[in-house]
Amino acid sequence: MNRELDNAIARFDGPAKVSGKSMYAGDQFQPSQLYAAFVTSHIPCGRVETISSASASAKPGVVRVLTAADMPRVHPALQQVSVPPLASRFVPMQENEIMHEGQPIAIVLAETLEAAEEAAKLVQVRYSRSAFSVADTSPPAAVMPEKGNYSKAGPLAFAKGDTGAAYAAAAIQSTATYTQPSRHANPMEPSAILAFWNADKLTVYDSVQHLPAVQNALAAVFGLPSTNVRVVSPHTGGGFGAKAFIWSHEILACIAARVVQRPVKLVLNRQNMYSIVGPQPQLTQQVSLGASAEGRLQSLEHKVSNVTGQTDDYVEFATASSRAFYACDNIKVSQQVRRGNMVLPTFMRSPWDGSGSWGLGAAMDELARALKIDPLDLRLKNYAEVEPESGKTWSSKKLREAYSLGAERFGWRTRPEGGTRDGHWRIGCGMADCSQGQARFHSTARVRLRADGTAQIESSFCDIGTGPATIFPQIAAEVLGLPPQRVKALAGDTNLPYSGPTYGSGTTISTGAAVQLAAKRIREQLARLAAWPSADIELRDGRVFLGKESRSIEKLLKDAGLAEIASDGSFDLPNGAPVDMGSPQYPARSFGAIFVEVGVDDELGLLRLRRATGVYSAGKIINARTARSQMIGGIIWGWGMAAMEGSSFEPTLGRWYSKDLAGVPLPVNADIPPEIDVAFVDEFDSNAGPIGAKGIGELGATGVAAAVANAVFDAIGLRVRDLPITPSKLLGA
Amino acid sequence: MRVKFRVNGDPVAVDIEPRLHLADCLREVLHLTGTKKGCNRGECGTCTIHLDGRRVNGCLVLAITADGKKIETIEGLANGDQLHPMQMAFIDHDAFQCGYCTPGQIMSAVACVAEGHTGSNAEIREWMSGNICRCSAYPQIVAAVNAVAKRNA
Amino acid sequence: MKNFSYARPTSIHQTIELAATSDAMILAGGTELLNWTRIGIVEPSKLVDITRVAGLEGIEQLPNGMVRIGALTKLNDVALHPLIRKSYPVLSTSILKAASAQIRNLATIGGNPLQRVRCPYFRADEPTPCNKRIPRSGCAALHGLNEKHAIFGWTEDCVAVQPSDPAAALTALDAVLVTQSKQGERRIPATTFHTLPSEDPTAHSVLQHGELISSIELGEAVPKSAYLKIRERESYEYATVSAAVALEMDGPVIRRARIALGSVAMRPWRLVETERRLAGLHSDSPEIISAVKAGFADARPLLMNRYKIRLAQNTTVRAIEMAVQA
Repeated sequence: MNRELDNAIARFDGPAKVSGKSMYAGDQFQPSQLYAAFVTSHIPCGRVETISSASASAKPGVVRVLTAADMPRVHPALQQVSVPPLASRFVPMQENEIMHEGQPIAIVLAETLEAAEEAAKLVQVRYSRSAFSVADTSPPAAVMPEKGNYSKAGPLAFAKGDTGAAYAAAAIQSTATYTQPSRHANPMEPSAILAFWNADKLTVYDSVQHLPAVQNALAAVFGLPSTNVRVVSPHTGGGFGAKAFIWSHEILACIAARVVQRPVKLVLNRQNMYSIVGPQPQLTQQVSLGASAEGRLQSLEHKVSNVTGQTDDYVEFATASSRAFYACDNIKVSQQVRRGNMVLPTFMRSPWDGSGSWGLGAAMDELARALKIDPLDLRLKNYAEVEPESGKTWSSKKLREAYSLGAERFGWRTRPEGGTRDGHWRIGCGMADCSQGQARFHSTARVRLRADGTAQIESSFCDIGTGPATIFPQIAAEVLGLPPQRVKALAGDTNLPYSGPTYGSGTTISTGAAVQLAAKRIREQLARLAAWPSADIELRDGRVFLGKESRSIEKLLKDAGLAEIASDGSFDLPNGAPVDMGSPQYPARSFGAIFVEVGVDDELGLLRLRRATGVYSAGKIINARTARSQMIGGIIWGWGMAAMEGSSFEPTLGRWYSKDLAGVPLPVNADIPPEIDVAFVDEFDSNAGPIGAKGIGELGATGVAAAVANAVFDAIGLRVRDLPITPSKLLGA
Repeated sequence: MRVKFRVNGDPVAVDIEPRLHLADCLREVLHLTGTKKGCNRGECGTCTIHLDGRRVNGCLVLAITADGKKIETIEGLANGDQLHPMQMAFIDHDAFQCGYCTPGQIMSAVACVAEGHTGSNAEIREWMSGNICRCSAYPQIVAAVNAVAKRNA
Repeated sequence: MKNFSYARPTSIHQTIELAATSDAMILAGGTELLNWTRIGIVEPSKLVDITRVAGLEGIEQLPNGMVRIGALTKLNDVALHPLIRKSYPVLSTSILKAASAQIRNLATIGGNPLQRVRCPYFRADEPTPCNKRIPRSGCAALHGLNEKHAIFGWTEDCVAVQPSDPAAALTALDAVLVTQSKQGERRIPATTFHTLPSEDPTAHSVLQHGELISSIELGEAVPKSAYLKIRERESYEYATVSAAVALEMDGPVIRRARIALGSVAMRPWRLVETERRLAGLHSDSPEIISAVKAGFADARPLLMNRYKIRLAQNTTVRAIEMAVQA
């Protein structure tokens, strides 16, 4: 029923979103709510000595100015909440210390937003400054495992074989350093929270990517059971990782609401989005490749260091790519951090492989050039049939098919010669691998089937734009033999069954499996009601069939005196783990290849995208329409990484140079040609999960930066190893 | 200060401070939260509305200066239950994901067609560049605008 | 932002009276002013809304062949006006490359040249050494992150650039900004409207407090003119550099060239020496490149923006090409 063409149905949340009816956290209202505005630190390191809020408090409409002295201590239970999903162990406004510029140091609460914003600028702060570190230029240091669990998501060092000897003996050697700046996710919706108490029950409307984690963390802040906290988030206006974890503004807003005993609505302004939630960190990758003259990798070394804050060690595992992409007997990777006074970096589309695929993808191209082998052929020669790190069989991998289909659709083998002119443009083509480790999350869902032949899915997952409100009904509908339009998903509320997070590209595979299982159990219940063997029945068009005989669901339920039947389903990981990267037996990854054609005007330093083709091995595609949009979004995200994005850290002042959307360019409509071609190879991955799908939300954002840099080299013979590729780099300093 | 204008055809009278801008007036005073806010500096286009028939950033207009004017927001686009052709085109072409920039995109798109800036793919892309989409649904947005423009032609 | 009172005059005379008080500022499109108040760059106690003042909008051809553009004419209306498109394409293009469609529906041609620098140190919410924010506090950009900053006319007091695209075109066209104030009417050449830091590092333009731009006058039509804007993304972004070129030609020979570069200095920068050398050159002449380079004799890079010199030269050469073909 869900053939590729049939499954491309329009989004169910479409009508609400195009009408402005979808509610985001900042759209919510509570009677007698107060608007909150932060006073944030101007200095990168030191202490708040005094805060004078007299002139701020005197402004009409200002109700209260909270400082550290007014904030109760967070409960010791918060210590038990892991970092992550708590973004950082450090909670501002408990003591007077300042860990980075932009850290909240006071909260203004007022009857109107304008009054709060004005008053925040009138609060006078006296600081004592301490020397601060600039993470970008700090020396690389060993990760400290006690500084948060980010470091535990992967091996900080890994070695297989003897890279030293293999590299030395290799016929062709290629070593280079690749860098990328810190980049902020900048979702269009700034993070926002509306918190209100009823006795010791807390409700928040929050802009999030995992409701139960927020519920759990906020409960711990106050030493309350989780059941005392309800998180409601029907829609999140883009997450991209910036809303994956629990940040200080969420904690502080809830404390403020409790202190003043009124609902508090806090919408971060765009400047706050630079310093109160974290970026993807500046990252430096040293990649050394040694190959035989025929192009077989003999040695692969990947040394990564990323910036982090002083409060916790955030580790960006770019080396995940080296442990996964290519067959090589000798692999050595290491991860270090460079600490400084900055907001703690965080996951951002895509974490780990987004960065790793940049360094590795560019390095492979340089190696191909040195070998005089086509870059695609180099990949084929080093195809990893099994996971290089462990030697285990992949849950599924159809990357050869993706290479082949992608090359064909792009015309890779007949591409124009690098440097071909089109007016003032010089054309270049480049390709690179796309791949993202597959995260799987424990997740649950309930399905209700009603007598009228409609069904409802209930789970606390949230919508950040990936389409769950459509995809999960499609999954349930397929099992129940209903048109998808008759299945509705109720979500975004911690009163609903526990769902895993909407990050790590793991929602469809995880919550989708839970939905499918619940639907299958409904099917079994229907079989029992009909007194027919469940293995032999078919569900179709609201009826239960056994051969030619059929009974309507409506009648079955009515005859049993039931208005509805409900069942629970779950996706359980081995050993009860909350998350893994594939079953112990079958490491799971999505794969693909991206081919781009760029134009470079090297007199004017202009780099423009002409066309792109991405073909992916990502398991079963539940909805071809939403999946295509997801991949296009990822490719454009990668274009931004390659061609324009970067948040510069001002080293003298110790803060972000630009904290708005004018000084930090993100791709606009005119940057993107219509010729973005996306395709998927036909695949069903039953080892990754029962629904056969793998994740796609981040896959599209991997590989693009390398493909673009490779294409620039193809066009003008200039190898740019430092992103973004801007006019100053194209013109030469 | 007292100011009167029409919002989606309905007369509205509010007492507001001069510093209140139109996006905040619509959202926080009139509770018309269909218009979203992305940056409060006119750098993203998320808050795009129509003022006397022209698309503008709501955050760059002081509400008092809209005295006597006509304001149209996303809430006024549909005809009861009947979605506006641009709204339907956005659904058909999957021109949104998280939906946050979508009201602004649609208001911008409706104006773009009315202005006649839809003669080519390049023209649509340029004239729609004042609306940033981080989910990056750009090609789909252009397809939706193009579809409506062709229908109208 | 701080609260302010609001006045809405209906005549120029009323406007001048209201705007003369020390803490009042004139509000037209508001696309810059609102952000200045949000950041704290200015804190007016009164805004004088001139958008309902009669007689300040519209484009008319004057008997002497000149064109007068009312200061309140919206940017989009100026750019898309048939007369401007045909006779002053450099101005039309410079406007259409500016900001976004939505902003151009609000912003006015009179307000646009009054936009202030984009230097992130100037635009910071936090206190920062910046002589234009706090006189005598220094210039953080001088030895700081200055990749987008000036290559001409800077001093140690300020290295920022004037970002307005239309201002570059108006400078190339030798436009005149006509103003009204209590002292009467003033006619200010676009070429000297913006203030160099050597004149006053704390100022942006020569416009006095309480002085209202009422119209902009353009000289004879220059159909062979073009505007080229270089930026990382294709739209909705300020220029890294830009070039406004206005040519008068006798067949394939350049009789007279006027070239103003945007985003290279605190005012659009006329390449005086280049203009001199271009006169009489064939549009295919290889000497065009050396003529352009001669205009850069006094270009001085900062630590991070040396590339801007070559970029500006190349942009100029390309813009000349575009103007020839216009």
